[in-house]
Amino acid sequence: MSAAPVLDRPAVEPHLDPTLATREDIRPAGRRLGPGRRRRLAWLLGPGALLALWTISSATGLLDPRILSEPWTVVATAGELLADGRLQENLAISAQRAGLGLFFGIVVGALLALLSGLSRVGEALIDGPVQIKRAIPGLALIPLLILWFGIDETMKVLTITLGVFVPIYLQTHAGLRGIDLRYVELAQTVGLSRAAFIRKVVLPGALPGFFLGLRFAVTGAWVSLVVVEQINATSGIGYMMELARTYGQTNIIVLGLAVYGILGLVSDGAVRLIERKALSWQRTLAG
Amino acid sequence: MATHPGGLTAAARPAVVNPDGKPASGDVTAVSVRDLIRSFGPKGVLNGVDLDIAPGEFVALLGPSGCGKSTLLRALAGLDHDVRGSGVISVPERVSVVFQDSRLLPWDTVLGNVTLGLQEHDAEARARKALAEVGLAGREKSWPHELSGGEQQRVALARSLVREPQLLLADEPFGALDALTRIKMHGLLRDLVAAHRPAVLLVTHDVDEAIALADRIVVLDGGRVATIRTVSPEVGTAADAAGHENLRRELLTDLGVAAVSH
Repeated sequence: MSAAPVLDRPAVEPHLDPTLATREDIRPAGRRLGPGRRRRLAWLLGPGALLALWTISSATGLLDPRILSEPWTVVATAGELLADGRLQENLAISAQRAGLGLFFGIVVGALLALLSGLSRVGEALIDGPVQIKRAIPGLALIPLLILWFGIDETMKVLTITLGVFVPIYLQTHAGLRGIDLRYVELAQTVGLSRAAFIRKVVLPGALPGFFLGLRFAVTGAWVSLVVVEQINATSGIGYMMELARTYGQTNIIVLGLAVYGILGLVSDGAVRLIERKALSWQRTLAG
Repeated sequence: MATHPGGLTAAARPAVVNPDGKPASGDVTAVSVRDLIRSFGPKGVLNGVDLDIAPGEFVALLGPSGCGKSTLLRALAGLDHDVRGSGVISVPERVSVVFQDSRLLPWDTVLGNVTLGLQEHDAEARARKALAEVGLAGREKSWPHELSGGEQQRVALARSLVREPQLLLADEPFGALDALTRIKMHGLLRDLVAAHRPAVLLVTHDVDEAIALADRIVVLDGGRVATIRTVSPEVGTAADAAGHENLRRELLTDLGVAAVSH
């Protein structure tokens, strides 16, 4: 799986001499260890192949529709649910939950990482509890959260937040601690204030780690969402699927799965796109 | 004058200063180091170094590896918080440091790197001027990784000079560059120093570089100042070829290297 297509790179070198094309070009075969040039829309190949496999298996009867609905049935179901408004409605409420949980998780995770990364006291206080939280599966906390907050939105958003802040914290903290000491020395010699040091050195230096955490966090937000919506909900994609299970509507269940999959893929692509723009100063294998 | 007290002395002994702000000796100095001791673990790296640098004077610090050159420079830069030691250091208010690596922030543009830490409202204009001075006008928006090693080091020079330092500390600034680029950089540094007149302490292990650039060459050995040699302009530019060769031989002997004729 690869990131969204690059838009800011010309396909042809702009200053290439056109007569070069007609000249002989013989060069020694050098071994290339990098993955080579990035190609547009290449990221669609994997998901496309999966879709093709599913379609062919269904069409040839290899896959029983009672086990897994045919792709066209799922598309038709999507059409029906869109027409009566149920899909949009459930999607909106799911997206709202995931979005809120993601937002709070990012804020909490990034703040804790800064506090813990920039002061020894902060690290002593924060890092241990976060590692403990990390060891406890998100699911295990749900009974307690239900007792404390009931089964309404607060509990759902909180569950997602708790799942999201951990990877944000871990990766941002690692990125921050990985900042080269030489840059800290430099900041000292040019007389940066503490605030300017954080703004000019710490935050940009920790950004690659933060984005890595963000990708885990976005995926994690959707995963937590599925859990909370299938346990206690009266709306949302998970609820829609849970209801379909009681009526044996495989097509709606598969549609729900497809929606989760698409949401995950699209949000990951979005994060990568933002990452590429924000970290354009980096020169890496990703290209 | 800012004073870095030595780590072991409980209270810093301030340098003796007359009411008019000049050192008691009568000479105006940019840098004054007295009885500087620094040690890593049980091993002493600097064992009582005394050094004065006059304003606008270019001093090269020569010595074999591990003789304490960089330790002395880092002490002057105030970068040795965790190193044990004692002594009195007095340096001007505005000190710039150039490191062996250009040490540009990879996530900031060339211009952003030069203006780093500047608070004046005309910082950007001054940074552009400094970049033009080092021959990099038009590269303001480039990322550091888009520049060659020599260009990166020129940005580092612009970054240090835009602060109008009274003291420029340079720790083997050209050590990582190829020989041709290094010669060009010598010329550039000479011009920049002539234009801005900071006192300079250049740490190097290159005898020819020291002769070409410095007014005075201090050889450090075993954590002490071993010899101090003055470089006349004729010798520095090799107009006096015999004098140049002579000084070169003397310095190599100071460094414990059998002199080879050039």
